[in-house]
Amino acid sequence: MLQAFPDIKGRFGDFGGKYVPETLMGPLQELEEALDEAMADPEFQNEYHHVLKEYAGRPTSLTYADKISDHLGGAKIYLKREDLNHTGAHKLNNAIGQALLAKRMGKEKIIAETGAGQHGVASATVAAKFGLECIVFMGEEDIRRQELNVFRMKLLGAEVVSVSSGNGTLKDATNEAIRYWVANCEDHFYLIGSVVGPHPYPRMVRDFQRIIGDESRRQFLEVEETLPDRIYACVGGGSNAMGMFYPFLQDESALVGVEAAGKGIDTPEHAATLSKGTPGVIHGSLTYLMQDDNGQITEPYSISAGLDYPGIGPEHAHLFQTKQVRYEAVTDQEALDALKLLTQTEGIIPAIESAHALAQAFKEAGSMEADQTILINLSGRGDKDMATLMEHFQEEV
Amino acid sequence: MLTKTSFQGKLSKTENLFIPFVVAGDPSPEYTIEFALRLQEQGADVLELGVPYSDPLADGPTIQRAAKRALNAGMSLRKAIQLVPELRRHGVEIPVVIFTYYNPVLQIGHQDFFNLLEENGAEGVLIPDLPFEESEEIRSMALEKDVEFISLVAPNSDTRIQQIAEHARGFLYCVSSLGVTGGSSGMSAEALSFIKKVKEHSQVPVAVGFGISTNEDVKLVREHADGVIIGSKIIRLIEDELEVIEKGQKEEALESFTKGIQELVRD
Repeated sequence: MLQAFPDIKGRFGDFGGKYVPETLMGPLQELEEALDEAMADPEFQNEYHHVLKEYAGRPTSLTYADKISDHLGGAKIYLKREDLNHTGAHKLNNAIGQALLAKRMGKEKIIAETGAGQHGVASATVAAKFGLECIVFMGEEDIRRQELNVFRMKLLGAEVVSVSSGNGTLKDATNEAIRYWVANCEDHFYLIGSVVGPHPYPRMVRDFQRIIGDESRRQFLEVEETLPDRIYACVGGGSNAMGMFYPFLQDESALVGVEAAGKGIDTPEHAATLSKGTPGVIHGSLTYLMQDDNGQITEPYSISAGLDYPGIGPEHAHLFQTKQVRYEAVTDQEALDALKLLTQTEGIIPAIESAHALAQAFKEAGSMEADQTILINLSGRGDKDMATLMEHFQEEV
Repeated sequence: MLTKTSFQGKLSKTENLFIPFVVAGDPSPEYTIEFALRLQEQGADVLELGVPYSDPLADGPTIQRAAKRALNAGMSLRKAIQLVPELRRHGVEIPVVIFTYYNPVLQIGHQDFFNLLEENGAEGVLIPDLPFEESEEIRSMALEKDVEFISLVAPNSDTRIQQIAEHARGFLYCVSSLGVTGGSSGMSAEALSFIKKVKEHSQVPVAVGFGISTNEDVKLVREHADGVIIGSKIIRLIEDELEVIEKGQKEEALESFTKGIQELVRD
């Protein structure tokens, strides 16, 4: 029997914890108590699963990708279709769970941070659905890059606050969201979008995302009558990967997390936190992060805004250290190639984030046996990435 | 009841404390020394020497700007600690508290960090993102090295107030309002009853910080607490002089800065 993590101090082995200003210790305690109570309440669970089914459109499909499997000539490849979730990515699963919790706690205002805008859109969506006020913090640079998602959030009724500190990206938006929460924690609920931040956030977000792995497990057993040999998911903060991996942690399936190598992990321009980072504290949690010799956090780079984050969830750091999950890194170019291959063989345009998981799986599939199976978490759809893709593929298509 | 002498005996006073905060290296280490001297002349009892950090979660825009200027000037945790003997050499005698976020400490390592503090004669340390539950090892190392580990307590610390206050060393930093540094001024009835509650449990002076920006605020805090901590306002006074400093008019800048401090802390 594996030890259940996190422990009472919010630790996953050596990682996790609560490295926050004193002002947040009270609100985190309040959140933890409300969360424990809600998760143990069948009524809350029923409501969460009801909204996932009736509103988000779950369960999402498990698709056998026969064309690409034949093309690569090895293992059978299955895709977990989080791209078919309402708003186009797995992010909504967690936003629904936290919004229901916020309501239960009597908090009428939610705060969210966003990089590419997917979590911002998911937060704005649940705010509209459940009648909450919503403020989304977004880096100035990201606002420029993701004009369409900014408009979607505003259309949904959210206020989008431009963050100009630092480099104006996800790290800075998260800092600003936390600062705002510090000042307004009495009546605001901070809806974090990934398995990052102080305890109990990493656990809460995992538990609201494990629906991905729970469904996949059931669906896979129905179709193949066995579990996948290998399971792949991309990792930025790591919520889709944690949600997928968690229900399989005690199984035989090999788990592979795929980070963004950007322009290459031997260049300074990447977001491969586990491959190249070192332990430290970021956004309230002890985990791996990208930093300089003086402990200043450095700016990551990836073509995919959703993976462009210098930290990673503490549970991933633990799974990395204990070798329960293998972590690889894939470059921008490899992700783009995989994206194009899937699009043109299966008629599915994945998000560039998800294409990182595809790329690693495609690299390995050919050398696997025909009776072996692969499950890839296709965490989101590529519509949001059209401007980026046009820049890269305009001349080829 | 205040019973302990603190900061290795260098702080014998236990009331009416003036505790200013400056960011080391803002806009240069040389100016940090000059500002510290002027602050001491104006009655500072303890100096909080801030270490610039890339991701200062507990700080508002003013201190973020200062941190950016200091980082651009090449400041680091190690260099900030090594600035302490320089401060001494130029005549700063008051105890110095190194104010740093936790990650740079973690990178140096707990043991090496305390060795550095000891070698360079820093009397205290304050780590705003290391709450009581996460600070056990650091607190016991601090005790061993006779370095004061300064704790913070907030109005919403609630049942934690007693625990934090009873373990407090040096002085106890009361966060006067919920919020990051440099917020709006003035004190509510809730804030006043909070300070009263903290004082009941604390054996060290209770100092109030966050959002203290006018002489009126200072006077108000003096009435109710043992000390006043001023950060963002002092940074803004420094910012007011940046153009003059840029022109190389050092004396003019320091004179004007001193006037600002005098106005802020006058009786």
